[in-house]
Amino acid sequence: MSVDTATVAKIAALARIKLGEDELEAMVPELNGILAWVEQLGEVDVTGVEPMTAVIPNTLRLRDDVIDADPLTGGNKRDAVLSNAPAAEHGFFGVPKVIE
Amino acid sequence: MTDLTDLGVAAIRDGVAAGDFTALEVAEAFNANIAAAQGALNAFIVATPEKAIEAARAIDARRAKGEPLGKMGGVPIGMKDLFATKGVQTTAASHMLEGFVPEYESTVSQKLWDAGCGMLGKLNLDQFAMGSSNETSYFGNVINPWKRNDGGNASLAPGGSSGGSSSAVSARLCPAATGTDTGGSIRQPAAFTGITGIKPTYGRCSRWGIVAFASSLDQAGPMARDVTDCAIMLEAMAGFDPKDSTSLDMPVPEWEANLSGDLAGKKVGIPREYRMDGMNPDIAKSWDQGAEWLRDAGAEVIDISLPHTKYALPAYYIVAPAEASSNLARYDGVRYGLRDLPDGAGLQDMYAATRAAGFGPEVKRRILIGTYVLSAGFYDAYYTQAQKVRTLIALDFRNAFTECDVILAPTAPSAAFALGEKTDDPLSMYLNDVFAVPASLAGLPAMSVPAGLDSAGLPLGLQLIGNMFDEQGVLNAGLAIEQRAGFTAKPEKWW
Repeated sequence: MSVDTATVAKIAALARIKLGEDELEAMVPELNGILAWVEQLGEVDVTGVEPMTAVIPNTLRLRDDVIDADPLTGGNKRDAVLSNAPAAEHGFFGVPKVIE
Repeated sequence: MTDLTDLGVAAIRDGVAAGDFTALEVAEAFNANIAAAQGALNAFIVATPEKAIEAARAIDARRAKGEPLGKMGGVPIGMKDLFATKGVQTTAASHMLEGFVPEYESTVSQKLWDAGCGMLGKLNLDQFAMGSSNETSYFGNVINPWKRNDGGNASLAPGGSSGGSSSAVSARLCPAATGTDTGGSIRQPAAFTGITGIKPTYGRCSRWGIVAFASSLDQAGPMARDVTDCAIMLEAMAGFDPKDSTSLDMPVPEWEANLSGDLAGKKVGIPREYRMDGMNPDIAKSWDQGAEWLRDAGAEVIDISLPHTKYALPAYYIVAPAEASSNLARYDGVRYGLRDLPDGAGLQDMYAATRAAGFGPEVKRRILIGTYVLSAGFYDAYYTQAQKVRTLIALDFRNAFTECDVILAPTAPSAAFALGEKTDDPLSMYLNDVFAVPASLAGLPAMSVPAGLDSAGLPLGLQLIGNMFDEQGVLNAGLAIEQRAGFTAKPEKWW
């Protein structure tokens, strides 16, 4: 499978990355080169093979269902959470208007 | 008096403990080397001499009171700028996170401070750890301190993504540094600069507070001058962390105390699929020499097969970008990092403009590949197929470890290449990780140790890959090579 300019534009829109015409044009052959190369995976017989889900056998743990189970990542961290926000106002993240 | 910056982790730890010199003297010596080299090597994004001094004074005070100094008491280190450090800018070498000052400390860095280390600074890297030459950093290329002996003066790549770490350790700007390895980012730069680095079993070191690239592959590890120093530092970095859901809930072995270069009764596997057509003769020679050294250490060397080797790299370049496209979705200009808000732009336009301005070309390329292979209609053909191939690659290793204890291979297909040599073609850059990626996909411990110099006078690394949880086997085989390689070469100082 190969991609054309329209497909790359669609992928860029899905990925929320604005690409100029030049960037879009340059990206098409680069992505096609990579995609053509990864397509060799199609040669591999994977009949009966499960896709990998965990590289090292491990079981997911559950923590106690309580507030502030971990004091470091628990509640009451509003100011710390907002401290690196480009626009924090009144204790909230600020964004451009999303409804008319 | 000895130049303190020629000392490694063990020598500094033991010298400070014995009172041969103070931690403050050590920190000041490394701080001076960093200041003198920054313009030429660009290994650090930010130097933090005051942090190193503060930690050193604390260690010296503890010693004066007769208190224990910790596993690495008095050892100043460099911190790859992928680890969140409280109050110190953490950028992942990106414009997106320029000026980001974490409110928290990563688990691994905290463990190192608790072990008595001080921070010399935040080390440069490939942007979001995506690259094999440290040429994708927003903060400029890192330069390898090594030069070819051909009389030319070409600037060489220090490898990547942990290129600041490798350059700094090799140039004696720090005795050791943290690295992270997603598809070879500790081992390949270590090989390119004549140092030692180990990626432990996936889950040994907590990922909490490390800027995420591909979460099923990312692992932290130490980069240092020798195997013993790596064992010491890995002990300090590893350990269960409830804040990382894939953290291994296992005790940390005493790797340093159990180091032994005696390989009697051990079997070393040589994977025949790694001997590729057109292999660089210097690399082939070094690999044969490595097998000879391990035989001399008492091991039996046998041929093994890892049949799916050639598919590891293409599988990696589906899995890693897919995970990256998901992980990097968090950079939206809302919660932290850069925001680009063109006049009159709405929320969606702000996202797209922010991500256009904040990510470099390689990061964009990988996000787009990842988005494509995860998109409706292509998911099974690309992503599911790659994850099935990944299962087969892990199975190859599992079968191999029924026959042998450790695997020996080259770390990289060449010595360090020149800056700009591979930047025009993403694929030729990706191929640099051909020997490193299979162990990453299988989550296995793997290390690179210096094996000698090639015909151009540049260092070459040999890679040891072990079974899961068997860092000790990897370290011991690495030590056996180190003891026989007698690698004492260091870059001639030109900076």
